[in-house]
Amino acid sequence: MPVPEKLEFFVDPGRCIGCQSCIQACTECDTHKGQSMIQLDFIDRAGSTQTVPVVCMHCDSPTCAEVCPADAIKRTEDGVVQTARKPRCIACNNCVLACPFGVPKMSTKMNLMMKCDMCYDRTSVGLKPMCASVCPSQALAFGTREEMARLRPNAKPINTFQFGAQTIRTKVNVMVPKDGPDEHVDVTAAMYEPAIGHDILDDVFGEEQS
Amino acid sequence: MSQKDSPSAVTGTPSVPPDRGVPEEQPRWRRDFPIDWAEDDYVSRRELVKFIVLTSGAFAVGQVWIALRGFFGHREVATGRVPVAGVDEMEVGSAKTFEYPKGSSPRLLIRTGPRAFVAYDQQCTHLQCPVVPAVAEGKLHCPCHNGWFDLQSGRPLSGPPRRSLPRVSLDVVDGTVYATGVENSES
Repeated sequence: MPVPEKLEFFVDPGRCIGCQSCIQACTECDTHKGQSMIQLDFIDRAGSTQTVPVVCMHCDSPTCAEVCPADAIKRTEDGVVQTARKPRCIACNNCVLACPFGVPKMSTKMNLMMKCDMCYDRTSVGLKPMCASVCPSQALAFGTREEMARLRPNAKPINTFQFGAQTIRTKVNVMVPKDGPDEHVDVTAAMYEPAIGHDILDDVFGEEQS
Repeated sequence: MSQKDSPSAVTGTPSVPPDRGVPEEQPRWRRDFPIDWAEDDYVSRRELVKFIVLTSGAFAVGQVWIALRGFFGHREVATGRVPVAGVDEMEVGSAKTFEYPKGSSPRLLIRTGPRAFVAYDQQCTHLQCPVVPAVAEGKLHCPCHNGWFDLQSGRPLSGPPRRSLPRVSLDVVDGTVYATGVENSES
């Protein structure tokens, strides 16, 4: 059964309070008990309390699947990129390195990549994903587009991302300010900006600041 | 809502190649290794080996189970004591069909002598044709494919059947013949 088309996933990192409820809820899931498929990233741990929940964005052109040499990552017709097929995954880490959102993580103990599949067992029967059902600030929200417009009048969902020359559309939406001019999120645009609270650039690529 | 601003445009569409080009212009390997679940009919070597090992393992275990059942299984199934016929109502050499237990396939009761009765399943062990008693010759005859069974033991004598007829054990008490159990035929 596919995920109902009306129901969509909305991520608003600005609402995240870092409570880790989503991680706990994800760990509880019966299909991968004890193993969380969601991560909570700290933007700049020394200078800020801001956290970001990282769920799979479910790209229409999934880079993780593109680079998989074992053909283990598949996308179902409802647009959900499933976690690695266990008989096929060879634990090569290609997807972990390739994903622009940093979603896949390798479980070295099990020799298997496990990533968020939008709680396919739940969403395919119309239920909310575990994380969205527990998130107290609804930084992770799952519902209809109309519901979102009513509850968050100052935000709009965006699902187009620009990585240099490559455009990627995702099934999961990110909430951005409503009056912003952006039609897409330019992910690499801020690469050469100093992080919040930092005076100098953490130049991870060792390149000159342009 | 137009396709452009609807994020659900991502839903229900096949995956897009990284250059967002048309599928026809994509290299051949892209069709061989599709990202979409529905188009993926590739069976990996590991899956094939797993299937073969598990299936042949199941067959092997099944063979062992059949052999063990043949060695240690109960040959006789007792389903109670049921009166079948009176001794007086049957002449020597005559036969009668009955059901034992109730609702079973027909069984054949034959009076072979003044004090001798035998009973067998009426179905031939070859293709389930009804067998006909030939008491004078000491045999049971299956007319379908000319199969012959021994009247005293139920063992196949000639023709296609290879297994004995299942025997119904009998008990004669006070002028009444009772069926007491069914012996399964040996395979």
